[in-house]
Amino acid sequence: MKVKNKQIFIPLAALLLLALFNLAMDPSFFKISLGNNSAGDPVLTGYLMTILDYGSEVAILAIGMTLVTAACGGQDISVGAAVAIAGSVILRVLVGQGGDGTLQAPIIVAFLIACVVAMLFGAFNGVLVAIFNIQPMVATLILYTAGRSIAAWINNNELPIVTDQTFTYFGGFIPGIPVPTPFFLAVVCVVLILLALKFTNLGLYTQAVGINASSSRLNGLNPTFIKWLSFVILGLCVAVVGLIKTSRLSTINYSVIAKDIEMDAILAVALGGNALSGGKFNIMASILGAYVIQFLTTTLYKFNVSSDALPAYKAVVVIILVVISAPAVKDKLAAYGKKWKKQKEVG
Amino acid sequence: MAKKNTAAGNAAAGRKKLTESNLLLLITVVIFVVMYAGAMVFLQKGFLKPQTFFNILNANAALIITACGMSLVMITGGIDISVGGVVALVSMCCAVYLDYMGGNVFVSLLIALGIGLAFGVVQGYLVAYLDIQPFIVSLAGMFFARGMTTIVHTAPFNVENETFVALKNTRIYVPGMGTVNKLGKYVPAYVEIGVIIALLVVVVLFCALKWTKAGRNFYAVGGNRQSALMLGINVKRTRFLAQLLCGVLAGIGGYVYFLHVGSGSASHASGMEMNAIASSIIGGTLLTGGVGNIFGTFVGVLSLSTIQNIVSSIGLDQAWWTGITVAAMLCIFLIIQSVILRRRQ
Amino acid sequence: MPVKENAVLEMKNIHKSFPGVRALDGVDFSLCEGEIHALMGENGAGKSTLIKVLTGVYEKDEGDIFLKGHDKAVAIRSPQDAQNLGISTVYQEITLCPNLTVAENMYIGRGKSKLTKWRKMNADADRILENLGIPAKANQQLSDCSIAVQQMVAIARAVDMDCKVLILDEPTSSLDESEVEKLFGLMKDLRARGVGIIFVTHFLDQVYEVCDKITVLRDGRLVGEYVIEDLPRVKLVAKMLGKELDDMEEIKDENQMYKGPDERVIEVEGLQSDAGIKPFDFYIKKGEVNGFTGLLGSGRSECVRAIFAADKVVAGTVKKNGKAVKITKPLDAMKNGIAYLPEDRKRDGIVGDLSVRDNIILAAQVLRGFFRPFSKAEANKFADEYIKLLEIKTASADTPIKSLSGGNQQKVILARWLLTHPEYLILDEPTRGIDIGTKIEIQKLVLKLASEGMSVTFISSETDEMLRTCSRLVVMRDRKVVGELSKDELTQSKVMETIAGGGME
Repeated sequence: MKVKNKQIFIPLAALLLLALFNLAMDPSFFKISLGNNSAGDPVLTGYLMTILDYGSEVAILAIGMTLVTAACGGQDISVGAAVAIAGSVILRVLVGQGGDGTLQAPIIVAFLIACVVAMLFGAFNGVLVAIFNIQPMVATLILYTAGRSIAAWINNNELPIVTDQTFTYFGGFIPGIPVPTPFFLAVVCVVLILLALKFTNLGLYTQAVGINASSSRLNGLNPTFIKWLSFVILGLCVAVVGLIKTSRLSTINYSVIAKDIEMDAILAVALGGNALSGGKFNIMASILGAYVIQFLTTTLYKFNVSSDALPAYKAVVVIILVVISAPAVKDKLAAYGKKWKKQKEVG
Repeated sequence: MAKKNTAAGNAAAGRKKLTESNLLLLITVVIFVVMYAGAMVFLQKGFLKPQTFFNILNANAALIITACGMSLVMITGGIDISVGGVVALVSMCCAVYLDYMGGNVFVSLLIALGIGLAFGVVQGYLVAYLDIQPFIVSLAGMFFARGMTTIVHTAPFNVENETFVALKNTRIYVPGMGTVNKLGKYVPAYVEIGVIIALLVVVVLFCALKWTKAGRNFYAVGGNRQSALMLGINVKRTRFLAQLLCGVLAGIGGYVYFLHVGSGSASHASGMEMNAIASSIIGGTLLTGGVGNIFGTFVGVLSLSTIQNIVSSIGLDQAWWTGITVAAMLCIFLIIQSVILRRRQ
Repeated sequence: MPVKENAVLEMKNIHKSFPGVRALDGVDFSLCEGEIHALMGENGAGKSTLIKVLTGVYEKDEGDIFLKGHDKAVAIRSPQDAQNLGISTVYQEITLCPNLTVAENMYIGRGKSKLTKWRKMNADADRILENLGIPAKANQQLSDCSIAVQQMVAIARAVDMDCKVLILDEPTSSLDESEVEKLFGLMKDLRARGVGIIFVTHFLDQVYEVCDKITVLRDGRLVGEYVIEDLPRVKLVAKMLGKELDDMEEIKDENQMYKGPDERVIEVEGLQSDAGIKPFDFYIKKGEVNGFTGLLGSGRSECVRAIFAADKVVAGTVKKNGKAVKITKPLDAMKNGIAYLPEDRKRDGIVGDLSVRDNIILAAQVLRGFFRPFSKAEANKFADEYIKLLEIKTASADTPIKSLSGGNQQKVILARWLLTHPEYLILDEPTRGIDIGTKIEIQKLVLKLASEGMSVTFISSETDEMLRTCSRLVVMRDRKVVGELSKDELTQSKVMETIAGGGME
């Protein structure tokens, strides 16, 4: 329990700092107002809602990313490209090539097909990592390089547009409910994974494999399968984000959709205090980490930082965070603290 | 006694075996040669002209330099994904300095080196002395470099500084490699200045890794960090040095890139870090560390760009084919590596 | 400058603490020129810590280290410092780089020259390797050598460094007998040249074979320094444990055999795995303790690994209680009531970052199935039960297993398998690298389990341990079963004879 508490402390402290900073700079940051959107439905707006909305994308990916990190001791850098593929598949199934934008298939069917496709690509990554023993980052470099090209190829480089209103619900609001839908999707995903962790041995197996694969095998586990499984689960998360992303625009931009989202997802895992070298993990800390990152992004936007310059500020914050939490720094600080105490005693 | 004999037998067999490094290098070289020869025979077109080869060099001089830096950190078991960002930042800073501040070319070169050095020092310190994961550190480095590039200047523009343009257009003719064109005129083959720098970097690093103590330490640290420490190697300093050199090489590579394109833009060198990693891997460097070869990296860059050339010259010129073929090639190489390494164990 | 005459090294009043543990509490140690000095103590006594302080891996909290030729206390802050001061170390685990050549491993990290002169280095290395009779070539990649040869290369490196102090930290645990002999020859040679050697080992025989002096540590404190002639074996053990001990004899009295029907629990025929053993037949009866014996590398581990399907099985049949069963992966073996405690605890046994509790329930949990996790209460109950039963010393069930001492880690792994209630328990070197007290506890436990009807295979490099516990021994040589000994044949000399293949060929 102790370790868990400690782990969730890092993202919590970061969140608190950011909140205090905003409170000091401009308390209106926390204002939430009820208004109507263009369709006349009641919606809540405000910076916090934006965080809830966009943070959910990263949070969903962070679930899968945490499992992959824990089981394989590496990260999947292809999730952004895979989101593009999933989104492209959804659009292809929904409106087809050269369609007029009306739905050719139910949304659920399109989503399920996207799930299957994304899980297949996840499985591909999983095979490279689990069976061929290639480091995850390198193995997923393949899909990272090819993913957006494949996404464009699926729709023959056209940009299908969905005109049906219901499709916009997933990335926006469901009529009558003023909270953005992505948040609910994230909640569903979180509940599902928590249930899975509670009622199956997913957690124990994943950690055991991540810490010592050889020993796990001799205890009857199948490390290859578990590593592979983590990638497939991440594939499922990717499909959900693909749905949200395409729903927001009702179309797709192959080179821009979900750009750099893999970095945010990895950061969320790291910020959650999970070792990027695998082993023990805490899903809730990762999810909190995801919202903290979005909190940071939104804060920066509020201060009129352009979206292109945003990474520079993010980088500074990330570096500060990792430096503070680095064991080497902690030890040094502790040593200084001791010295200082001693001096004080002597003095 | 039987035991001793088998042990001696093992030793004899061991001598015949290539080291991992050499085996991976051999595969890469063979595949590159076969690929290029195949292109010459079946595609002909440009591939028969030496200039096509030199153009590959011209276009990829910067990648060669950054990939060499990448190989260095990968050999020590690290990674640096900030190199693409650094290249873009260097191009932009130098461009702004030359055109908006009326600077001179020599100082712009110093700026490039300074930026690379700064990234190398900071990232190296964080990775080696504070023991933070290189991936996270250089991820932040990449974010920072990309972000800074747009903060320095947003819109892309061409540099018009005269000395610079003259330098950019300098061609070094390669004797005996020219071709006679349709009009019967002799067109000499040429390379740009950047290629000379790149080749110099390759040769210097190759020798340094092979024959200097510091170079061998890179391999030791990548092979087993704990053991390297016990063997009396200053592991922290070695890792710092690798990250530092990678930063400096990214700075130099940035300037060479700038010299090739002659403009500053926030979208320059996008994805270059991944190309550098891919080239290193194709060239036989293992991301697990301890195995790698600078010459292999050089061949890796050439293989990567040759396949791109082949793909576009057989008419698959839709944008997505390049990405897919490069990825497929990477996939094949990774699987070959994995199978070989497993069989050896 | 050391005070004592002839001394090359003196460590005075060394203190070292880790969070929550006082590893060294005012330890003195001195080493003379040309002596082999055994450093003895149970696990956790502070031997490793003392060595690591001396070699600069840890920084001491307090105390001074004096070396011959230095007026003042020397500061050792890194392994490099230690090397430069003429202190060389060979560790139990290979601390060389597998991706470099043998010669590079011998010379890297040393010398002033900035360049590597390959030809000279290879020639020098080959000469040394030949002198020491090590079957390796200078330009060979280290990972192509066997573990024993790698260990010898580490020793060659240390020897060549012209050291004044040579530390051998359990160097013999991966060597076979002839290699140990060679190493001892080398050590005596160095002693004659005036090198002071610190020798850490768990093998008492070896201490009495080569050492001149013994320093005993217990619980981070110095017990005393003794000349070897003054300290007979029994007394040494007593000093190490801090109590007089007759358990060595006692164990046999407990040897109450299982009295039940005489049936074969597991029977294998022509079993062969991809680890390079010849096909072998084997059986074990209910309530029996038997063992595989043979030199290191003779294939004894590979046999039991094949039964558990830890290596890929390529041929042969397995019968359980007379019925043929298919065992192709460890889970199949577990389902058939087989449990396997692996030889390499660190690599194959513990799951380091997980808690003691999770480590205990792991195998039972896997058997129970993916969709049926133990509840928190159940897991706690199991963990507490076995922590108490096996007297595992841990702060709590939540402590990560990696922070336990070797012996306690081994007990946790044992608990893990006992929790699966196996019919057939395979223990591969359960006593390696753990202290004498725990060794005896484990041997007693084995006999107790057998008396209750469990079948046990017990493998140990120490023949006397096997003679004490096993009622039947399968002897292996060159990856082949060459004989079986039981009853009256179970004597040290008979075992040795069979292992060596006396006169049969």
